[in-house]
Amino acid sequence: MRNKKWYDYMWIWAIIYFSVSFFNILFAWLGMIDFLIPVIVAVIGGNKWFCNNMCGRGQLFRVLGKNCKLSRNKPAPKWLSSNGFRYGFMAFFFLMFGNMVYQTYLVAAGAKSLHQVVKLFWTFKVPFRWAYSAGSAPSWVAQYSFGLYSLMVTSTLIGLIVMVFYKPRTWCSFCPMGTLTQGVCKIKEK
Amino acid sequence: MRKANVNQKRCVACGECVYTCPKGAVNIKNGCFAVVDKTICVGCGLCAMACPADCIKIWEGEQNEK
Repeated sequence: MRNKKWYDYMWIWAIIYFSVSFFNILFAWLGMIDFLIPVIVAVIGGNKWFCNNMCGRGQLFRVLGKNCKLSRNKPAPKWLSSNGFRYGFMAFFFLMFGNMVYQTYLVAAGAKSLHQVVKLFWTFKVPFRWAYSAGSAPSWVAQYSFGLYSLMVTSTLIGLIVMVFYKPRTWCSFCPMGTLTQGVCKIKEK
Repeated sequence: MRKANVNQKRCVACGECVYTCPKGAVNIKNGCFAVVDKTICVGCGLCAMACPADCIKIWEGEQNEK
C-alpha cells in the first residue's frame, strides 16, 4: 500500500457532511461536489481519479469495513457488478434525481409547497423540520437540499448495507457516479 | 509464479486494488480497468481479496484476461 496522502482522509469530510447537513439542510448542497467533480475529471482528464482517490464515502466504507472490521468480506453476487445491473441502476438513480429536480422546480414555480422531509430509499419520508429555518433561503433552495440529502443518505445506507454483507467497497462496484465516469472514460478511449 | 490477473470486462475501475497493493503493481488505465504490472506483482492476493467486483484472480496466466 502506498504512503498516505492528504486526500486519504476524505472519509472525515463524508462524516462532517452528513453531520452538519443533519442540523442545517442547506449544507447538503455541498454534496454537488460528489456529483460534479468526478464527471469533470472524467470528461477533461479521461480518468476516474476522483473515484479512485478522493471519494469520501468510498473511503468511509473502507474505514468501517476493513479498519473497523464491520465487513464480512464475502464476494458479492456477480450480477451486482454486471454491466446490466450497473447501467440499469444508474438509469434508475438519475431518473429519481431528475424527479427530485422537477419537485424543486415545482416549489420554485409556486406550484408546490416546501416539503421538509428526508426520503429514505426513495420511499420512506422522515420529517426533518429542525434542519431548516423558514426564510433562511428561498424555498426551492431548501427543497433541493432536502432532495439531495435524501439521495446522499439513501445511497450511503445502501453502501453501508452491502459493506457489511459483502466487501467494504461493494457500493463502488455499482455506484452510479462510478458507472457514469467509467462509461465516459471508455468512450474517450475509443 | 502466480500473478494477479484482472478480468477487464468485469472490472469497474474503482481503484481499491491500486490502494491495496503493497507493491504498487496495479494501476487504473485511463479510468477503464485495472492493469497489473506482472514484473512487480508478487501474487500476494490482497488485490483479489479487496476487489468488490471479484474480478481479480491469482494464477499462473501470462496476460490480463480481456
